[in-house]
Amino acid sequence: MSKIASWITCTVMALHVAAGAALPLAIEVYDTPNDAGGSLTLTWSRAEAGAASSYSVYVATAADGPFRLATATATPGLKSAEPGLFGYDDDNDGFHVLHISDYATGNGEERESLKDGTTYFVRLGVQTADGEALGVTMSATPRGNWFNTSKWNNLILGIGLSFVILLYISMARRKDLFIRRIAGLEALDEALGRATEMGKSVLFVHGLKGMDQIPTIAAVNILGRVAQRTARFDTDLRVANVDPVVMSVSQEVVKEAYLQEGRPDAYRPDSVFMAATEQFSYAAAVEGIMVRERPAAHIMMGYFYAESLLLTETGSTTGAIQIAGTDSYTQLPFFVTTCDYTLMGEELYAASAYLSREPKLLGSLKGQDVGKALIIGLLVAGTILATFGVDTLTHLFAAL
Amino acid sequence: MLFLTRTLPFLFCFVFGMTGWVIYYVPHEWAQTVEREIALWLRLVYAFAYFLGLFSLLSLHWSKIRQRQAGWAYSLIVYISFGVMTLFVVYNDGNGPFASQATTGPYQWMFTSVHVASSATMFSMLAFFISSAAYRTFRARTPEAAILLVSAIIVMLGRVPIGAYIADIIPDTMQWLMSVPNMAAKRGILLGVSLGAIATSLRIIFGIERSYLGGGD
Repeated sequence: MSKIASWITCTVMALHVAAGAALPLAIEVYDTPNDAGGSLTLTWSRAEAGAASSYSVYVATAADGPFRLATATATPGLKSAEPGLFGYDDDNDGFHVLHISDYATGNGEERESLKDGTTYFVRLGVQTADGEALGVTMSATPRGNWFNTSKWNNLILGIGLSFVILLYISMARRKDLFIRRIAGLEALDEALGRATEMGKSVLFVHGLKGMDQIPTIAAVNILGRVAQRTARFDTDLRVANVDPVVMSVSQEVVKEAYLQEGRPDAYRPDSVFMAATEQFSYAAAVEGIMVRERPAAHIMMGYFYAESLLLTETGSTTGAIQIAGTDSYTQLPFFVTTCDYTLMGEELYAASAYLSREPKLLGSLKGQDVGKALIIGLLVAGTILATFGVDTLTHLFAAL
Repeated sequence: MLFLTRTLPFLFCFVFGMTGWVIYYVPHEWAQTVEREIALWLRLVYAFAYFLGLFSLLSLHWSKIRQRQAGWAYSLIVYISFGVMTLFVVYNDGNGPFASQATTGPYQWMFTSVHVASSATMFSMLAFFISSAAYRTFRARTPEAAILLVSAIIVMLGRVPIGAYIADIIPDTMQWLMSVPNMAAKRGILLGVSLGAIATSLRIIFGIERSYLGGGD
C-alpha cells in the first residue's frame, strides 16, 4: 500500500515555464518496480523532435537542496523499450524514462548511491536553445521489492504445469496410465545384457555440468537405475566423472543401488572415479578407456558440449552399443549420428521414471505430455491471433 | 540411520528447492543475499569435494601402475605431471606458496604451452570426427536421410562464398532452413526440455523420486 501511496503522491503534473523553455508534461518519479532497491525511476512525456537538446536529473536529500546532478542525457530511453516494467501499453511510446541509482556528491568524481528508505527530492532539468528549465520538486523513496511483477506469467504458467504434473502423479496411484514407448530406454536392458554375455564392462558418462544442474541430476537418477541392473546381472560398471561433487554423489548412488540389490560385495569404490576436471582432458581420458578397456556398452546421459562427438565417434569404432541422452540441442545431431539410440530433450528427464515403472513416477511423464499438449494449443492459438495482428496472447506469455 | 540417509537429504532438497524457486521471483536484497550465501556454501562444498576428486584420480592411477595394467605408463605421466605442476605452483615464480599466483613463470608456461595446446589438439580432432560421422549419416539410404543430405549440402554451400557464386538462391534457402525448420525443431525440443526439467524438479522437491539418494524409491 505504501508503494501505491508513494506513487500517487509523487505523481506531479508539471507545467512550468522558465526562461522561455517549456517543460514536458506528466513528470513522475517513483521507486523503480521489480528491483532490489536503491533506484528511482523518472518518466515524462516525450518531447517533440528538436524541442530539447538534453535532459538532466538533479537529486537532493532535502526539499530545499542542495540539488546534485544524478544523470544527464540527450537521448533518454522510452517506456516502450522496457515492457518488463511498463507492459505493452500503446501509450508507452509517448514517454521517456530514466533510472537513477546514484548522484554526484560535489567532491570531484565521487558519487553517492541512493539508500533504501531515504526520501529523495528530484527535479528534471530540460536544456533548450533558450537555457535550462527546471521542473517542480518531487519526492520518492527507493525500496527493495518483494515480487517481480514482470514474472507473473512465468509464475502462473509454472504453477499451472506443476498442478497438471502433480494431478497425473496422483491419478497414477489409482489407475494404470498409458505411457508411450521410448526406444532408447527399451534398449538399455539389451545393452546391459550384451555386456553381461560378453563379460565386459558398462561405461557410464554423465556430461560436463555440475550437480546443481538438472540434466546432471537426471543423469544421476538414471545411473541409479543402471547400477541396480548391473548389480543384478553381476556386470562391471565404470563411471567416469569430470566433477568431484558429481563423483561423490555417484559413488553413493551406485553403492546404495548395489546394497539394495543385495550385492554390496560386488560394489567396488574405484568403479566410480575421477577421470579429469577439464573438458578435453576428460574426453581424452574417456576415449582412452573406450579404446583400451573396450566396454560393451557406453551410456552417455547429461549435458554435453564439443566432447560429445569425440566420445561417441571413438565409441562407435570400438563396436560398443551406445545409448546417449541429452537436452543440449546443439549436440543432439552428433548423438543421433553416432549412437545406436538417442534420448532427445525431455526423454532424458523421463528416463529414470520410465525405467523404474513406478506408477507415481510414470504419472509425472503423463503430466509432462499433457503439459506439452497445452503449450502446443497455446502456440497454435497465439500464432493464429498474431497472424491477424492480435498480440495479446504473445505479450501475455513473453519472457520479460 | 534412516533419518540421516533418507529423511535429512529429502528435507534439504525440499527446503533448498523451494528456496531457489521463491528467490527467482523475489528481487529484494534479502533474497539476493540468501542466493549469494547458498552459492558461497556451494563453493565451499566444491573445495572439499576437489580433495576427494584428487584422491580418486591419484588412487585410480596408482592401482594401474601397481598392477601394470594396459597403458600404465600414461598413469605414470599423470603422477609426473601432477608433481611438476604442484612444484611450480608452490614455487610461484619465486614468490612462494603464500603470495597470490604469479601470471608469469613455469606454471603459467606449462599451462599455456602444454595444457592449452593439448586441449586445442583434442578440439581440432573434431573436424575429422565430424567428417567421418557426416559421411555415415549422409548416405541417402532412406527418404529422411536423403532430405538431411540435401539440406546439409544447401547449408554448407550457403555458409561459404561459393554458394552465392553458384546461385543467389542457395544462401537464401540456407537462411530459411536455419531460421524456419531448424528453429522450429530447436524450440520444440526446448519446450519439452523445460517441461521435463519442471517434472524432474517437482519429483525431487516433493520426494517422489529419490533414486539420487541411491537405489530405488
